[in-house]
Amino acid sequence: MLMADVSLRKVIKRYDDVEAVRGIDLDIADHEFIVLVGPSGCGKSTTLRMIAGLEDISDGDIMIGGDVVNDVPPKDRDIAMVFQNYALYPHMTVAENMSFGLRLKHYPKAEIKARVTEAARLLDITDLIDRKPKQLSGGQRQRVAMGRAIVRNPKVFLFDEPLSNLDAKLRVQMRIEIKKVHQKVRTTTVYVTHDQVEAMTLADRVVVMNKGRIEQIGTPNELYHKPATRFVAGFIGSPAMNFIPCRLEDAGGTLQIRLTDRIAFALPSARAARYNALPRTDKLLLGIRPEHLTESHAHLGSGVESFDTVLDVTEPMGMETLVYFGLDGTPVCGRVDPNAGAKDGAPMRLAMDLNNMHLLNEETGAVL
Amino acid sequence: MSTLVIDKAGPTRKLGSMSRDRAWALRWSYFFLVLFAIFFLTPPVYMLITSLKSSAEISAATNPWWVFHPTLSNYVELLTSNQFLRFFWNSSIISIVVVIVTMLISIPAAFALARMKFWGSATLATGVFLTYLIPDSLLFIPLFKMLAMIQDFTGITLLNRWYVLVFIYPTLTVPFCTWIMIGYFASIPKELDEAAIIDGASWLQTLLRIFIPVALPGLIAATIFAFTVSWAQFLYPLVFTTSVDQLVLPVGITTTLIKGDVFNWGQIMTGALLGAAPPLIIYAFLMDYYIAGLTAGATKG
Repeated sequence: MLMADVSLRKVIKRYDDVEAVRGIDLDIADHEFIVLVGPSGCGKSTTLRMIAGLEDISDGDIMIGGDVVNDVPPKDRDIAMVFQNYALYPHMTVAENMSFGLRLKHYPKAEIKARVTEAARLLDITDLIDRKPKQLSGGQRQRVAMGRAIVRNPKVFLFDEPLSNLDAKLRVQMRIEIKKVHQKVRTTTVYVTHDQVEAMTLADRVVVMNKGRIEQIGTPNELYHKPATRFVAGFIGSPAMNFIPCRLEDAGGTLQIRLTDRIAFALPSARAARYNALPRTDKLLLGIRPEHLTESHAHLGSGVESFDTVLDVTEPMGMETLVYFGLDGTPVCGRVDPNAGAKDGAPMRLAMDLNNMHLLNEETGAVL
Repeated sequence: MSTLVIDKAGPTRKLGSMSRDRAWALRWSYFFLVLFAIFFLTPPVYMLITSLKSSAEISAATNPWWVFHPTLSNYVELLTSNQFLRFFWNSSIISIVVVIVTMLISIPAAFALARMKFWGSATLATGVFLTYLIPDSLLFIPLFKMLAMIQDFTGITLLNRWYVLVFIYPTLTVPFCTWIMIGYFASIPKELDEAAIIDGASWLQTLLRIFIPVALPGLIAATIFAFTVSWAQFLYPLVFTTSVDQLVLPVGITTTLIKGDVFNWGQIMTGALLGAAPPLIIYAFLMDYYIAGLTAGATKG
């Protein structure tokens, strides 16, 4: 089996004076499913296109299977790419679309047929094999585009926002399809998306990018529970993490965190030990996810503190109700039980689980 | 049963107001279409009527819009005249060669200008179009001088030979066809050639196997244009060819059928009608292939 690991070393992309990608280091293991995620303009697509060879790199090295491919043309990199808008050849049938690359390389006809049949079976498009792209729905077209990648049996699959043109329901379906295909084919995959849910659900490891740099690399759970920066903390998770201005205070031998004049909580001991060395003068942000802001109970666990507030707006979602309120003008979102009696404009007692809090430096954005 | 009736009544009323709008739109469309049809079809109808008359009837003071003694003699005379067939042959061979030459130059040029971004490619694309804007009535004197000089230097006879037109017409057709093709190629999504490149296609393979089939409607539009320009060109052949056996159809008809102040109207009209036939046939034939929206399904939408 060919090793198909991909490595990026200090890769930079400059357009005239603008640096779109500012020095990326990334190691992708063989068989790994990596998702590059970030807001538009963060350089994720450019990075993918540089791996594909569709963009020249301005500086640094890209290696596929241990070989530097900086100056290798796309066709010799042994990669396959799936585009956001499918990019099917409109005048060819599904089978012709899928076999185009193999036909250019003069594969034997029998092998082409075998590979196309196998890929079509895998993607459940056997019945569509003689149709033209215009006779297919969006989801079917995207399957064909994936089939075109699969038949070539490349070292690396590159996906450039492949689900962005599909409607929400189909997107969820295709997401599962892509995951299934990867479980069967096990080809090293680099997948670009701006959708953090796609990133979390598909990836072995997620690479969060912002402004041409990597913010953090980690498994979906690492990113969710241990974000390294404010950007990652705010980008991953929906509804997004709350950031509440706060400061540390010493009160009678314990460390406490003050949110407003009225609200201050003693930190759980593990947290207190971790934050004790911080200067008390720093401008800090408390990062807390909505699911750690719930309705208060009679018996609160250790590290869970309750407080009273008045709700601005409530959003019943069915399995939960989102509640919005303000703390000294900072909008905050919590998730409460639908039966907890949350009402627009009504007072409510909420509980904050400080065992799952994050403390961030407001100026640097670093998670402390 | 009753629910069925109600179900029907609802949409019918809605459709009613829709179709009333549509009916008015159609009425106006027909009105203007008929107006234009009359405007544009009157001359050919008049040509047809005249071509079926003898010279005596044309000069007689009868209703010019009616044929009292129809005759095919004009057609027989022209189609049996070696001279007329020679014009026809010259026009055909020149137009066909010019179309081929134009396509061989325009398609690769347009592909390069539309897709291979290189230094000055945008300026070059605009420049190509600007050359088309210079009227041929300004160009024919310098062109004549140039060809005369080349003829003097090389000793190859160029002036007063039909084949000289094969070199001159592309100065009209290539810029415009290149411009049309740039537009068509530019409308092909960038991802399509990127997909081809990743699939392992060279530039030439991308052009031949992806771009030409996908941009076929544009190619046909360009072909029709190149053919029409070559077939109907009057000024250049009038200037560059003089001997009767070197003339093309439009020039041939006017120079041989008008003798001094004697106009052989019957044959002039017949010749013009016969001359208009090949472009008509080519239009009708190529229109079948001129399927708009051939790129449907390539990408989203």
